[in-house]
Amino acid sequence: MMQFDQQQKEAQLRQLVDDVLREAVRQGASSAEVAARSDMGLSATVRLGEPETIEHTRDNSLSISVYFGHHKGTASTAELSGEAIHEAVSAACAIAKHTAEDEYAGLADAALMATEFPDLELYHPWDLDIQQALGLAVECESAARDYDPRISNSEGATLNTGEAVGVYGNTHGFLHGYPSSHHSLSCSVIAQQGDSMQRDYWYSTARSSAALAEAADIGERAAQRALARLNGRKLKTRQAPVLFRAETAAGLFNNLVHAISGSALYRRASFLLDALDTAIFPQWVNVEENPYLIQGLSSAAFDAEGVATKRRDLVADGILKSYVLGSYSARKLGLQTTGNAGGVRNLSIAMGDQDFAALLKTMDTGLVVTELMGQGVNQITGDYSRGASGFWVENGEIQYPVEEITIAGNLKTMFRQLVAVGNDDDYPGSIRTGSWLIESMMIAGE
Amino acid sequence: MLEIVEQQLLTPAGLEQRHLDHVLDHLLGHQIDFADIYFQSSRLEAWTLEDGIVKEGAYSIEQGAGIRAISGEKTGFAYTDELQLPNLIQAADTARAIARAGQNRSIAVTAAGREQQLYGATNPLDTLSRDTKVELLQQVEQEARSQDVRVSQVIANLVAAYELVLVAGSDGVLRSDIRPLVRMNVHVIVEQDGRREQGTAGAGGRTTLEFFSRDNRGLELARDAVRQALVNLSAVDAPAGAMPVVLGAGWPGVLLHEAVGHGLEGDFNRKGTSAFAGRLGERVASPLCTVVDDGTLAERRGSLNMDDEGTATQQTVLIEKGVLKGYMQDKHNASLMGVMTTGNGRRESYAHLPMPRMTNTYMLAGEQDPAEIIASVDRGLYAVNFGGGQVDITSGKFVFSASEAYLIENGKVGSPVKGATLIGNGPEVMNRISMVGNDLQLDPGIGVCGKEGQSVPVGVGQPTLKIDELTIGGTV
Repeated sequence: MMQFDQQQKEAQLRQLVDDVLREAVRQGASSAEVAARSDMGLSATVRLGEPETIEHTRDNSLSISVYFGHHKGTASTAELSGEAIHEAVSAACAIAKHTAEDEYAGLADAALMATEFPDLELYHPWDLDIQQALGLAVECESAARDYDPRISNSEGATLNTGEAVGVYGNTHGFLHGYPSSHHSLSCSVIAQQGDSMQRDYWYSTARSSAALAEAADIGERAAQRALARLNGRKLKTRQAPVLFRAETAAGLFNNLVHAISGSALYRRASFLLDALDTAIFPQWVNVEENPYLIQGLSSAAFDAEGVATKRRDLVADGILKSYVLGSYSARKLGLQTTGNAGGVRNLSIAMGDQDFAALLKTMDTGLVVTELMGQGVNQITGDYSRGASGFWVENGEIQYPVEEITIAGNLKTMFRQLVAVGNDDDYPGSIRTGSWLIESMMIAGE
Repeated sequence: MLEIVEQQLLTPAGLEQRHLDHVLDHLLGHQIDFADIYFQSSRLEAWTLEDGIVKEGAYSIEQGAGIRAISGEKTGFAYTDELQLPNLIQAADTARAIARAGQNRSIAVTAAGREQQLYGATNPLDTLSRDTKVELLQQVEQEARSQDVRVSQVIANLVAAYELVLVAGSDGVLRSDIRPLVRMNVHVIVEQDGRREQGTAGAGGRTTLEFFSRDNRGLELARDAVRQALVNLSAVDAPAGAMPVVLGAGWPGVLLHEAVGHGLEGDFNRKGTSAFAGRLGERVASPLCTVVDDGTLAERRGSLNMDDEGTATQQTVLIEKGVLKGYMQDKHNASLMGVMTTGNGRRESYAHLPMPRMTNTYMLAGEQDPAEIIASVDRGLYAVNFGGGQVDITSGKFVFSASEAYLIENGKVGSPVKGATLIGNGPEVMNRISMVGNDLQLDPGIGVCGKEGQSVPVGVGQPTLKIDELTIGGTV
């Protein structure tokens, strides 16, 4: 099915990026940077055992930033014809004539460009035809539907497979690219009992098909999750300990990363201003970023500006050791870029020795959160208020599912009141963490 | 309009109408019941002001064609960013392969509708010079800073988009649309004694950028964002628990979008996955509630002359006096359910499949004076501004997050409270609406709706209304 000659594609994109950089300079840019990418993929969805959609994806993109001194202009195109590229370059240059002089604008320093490009094993194409893709999706969905008679309906199962080549170049002479692949299998089913109807899902995602979870296991887990939610109750409004199940704890990580990212800091739009080298977690907390994880979902040897990425501690012994910066925000803050233009890469928290059951015992009485709803996080103040569902726990054991409640607190306090991190990191994604037990939060319900 | 769009979209690729017929013929006859080709070309320009200067401008180009082939309940889809005939044929070959997978069931797709012209066809990128766009943002910044010395940061964005769309369907549809869209957003941070808070305001619609200079609308946004930020500076902790909630008119209509809107999209109801499935004709809300989806409002952000399947948009009554009247449909779901499409088939771009989506969703005005509604509450919350929301259409649970709210005490609006998430169950909450104001207002034109990874612009609206009990996610 796939006819993606990645070597040829990479050579084409390198040539294109190089041509575009030259054109930008010809139009008067003092410096420029260009990223180009081609994606190709297949998405097959089945529902109730029958094929529902087959989508063939094929996307191209090119984005350019030009600098005329410290005046910046950017443009992008999702079409790689000569005309479109010419239009994009001209527009970027025209825009740069109207933006204000910004002394912090420009490429990252040439001395910081990556020089080593280890093979991180990110490219594992999957030679899968449509029938095979549908077959895996059917296997996944069937496992969910056959799991229990209360699984009454399905939103289907989807097999996604895709590969891409990305190239980045700038007028420092940096020009590098690499191919990558991504595959996923997901399933979403509905459990019904009496008047209660609940939907839940599970999925697996990986760089190589071999690293995907078994189709049947994904389906069964989706079914178990939907069934566990049946006949949920509301809680009385109260203060109680909250255990964020690993998949929701990863969301707290995202709030942390946002708060220590350069753009939030220089805008003074973060609840962690001036927190560098101060304790933001209890002393036993350590958080690491590792861009060099083999087959990692966010691995890369260079960031979106060509800067070499580094393995480092974000948090050591509870103390914030590094912000998350690209070159622009770093200059604004009088600091050095941390090679995080484009985001963080493979975060993990040092996990404790308690599994999920042990964490329940430690909590004794409180709320397990398995799903969060809405965007009720104020990144400026840290105020946190989100819809939640999960389970009520007494005597260290799950009593019943709960829903239609909110949990509220302040992230700064929640981080300091982290009681334990479990070793139950059994969910997919580039953030590795177990469940987080927070000492106390306000739960609103009836 | 068709001629203009054909000239700009098809002619440069050497395409004529007969080529489209050729591609559609190529698609049909292989157990394919329906097929369509969606051409799209768009240009977008965005400017950003921050730290007192317009530091960024971005221009983006998107162009391509999506080809969809439907066989019973199955859909095959492929797209290309190269519009030449051989690329279209190749995409068509790929899309029609769906017919070979699984069972086949035949359906008949029909749609039509009048031609309508709800907004101008002027390219909003061109009506103001780049210098004027930059000046506009600078004026907004100065207006915000001049409001109060506590303003520490102003971030303002100005976005203009211009999109050409052409749809050719095997049901004989050949229609085009020219879609301008503009938007301005102002985000203000204020700081006092080490406490920092924010306020945001935005507006827009399917019109030109003069929308923001006319009547000083841009400056008004700056003042409103500062006002909101200062209110939040004195906000006390929000209450936790269930109590009466009065929602202001306009943008708080995000309530309807989440509590009932998504649950009434045809696909979820055909599949029986929505809490509203199979409930047509039943009472699902208080008799005070009449809720419509209306894509025909002039120059509104959620409006479209035609949907992305070439069907004219319309006003669809979803709930009438509390009774569920209809779902929102696209061609595929409508034909599978044996009803007509309602012109709600929308897609993010040529690279995405269409599905039933909202346009402008709002509740009609009631009879109450808004002041009476507030006066009727002993202790509760008055929420006038919101961030986003989310719904689980299967359980009916939904949330939306207040960004400007006040306590009501003894029938009077009191202290502002910090932002909090409100949570409820769609059908239950709609039944607890006990008062509806006479002050229907639509939102200022800022809504973005996400569904299955696709974003589309939408509108919401409502009069002031009272919900007898809703859970508020505060901390005290």
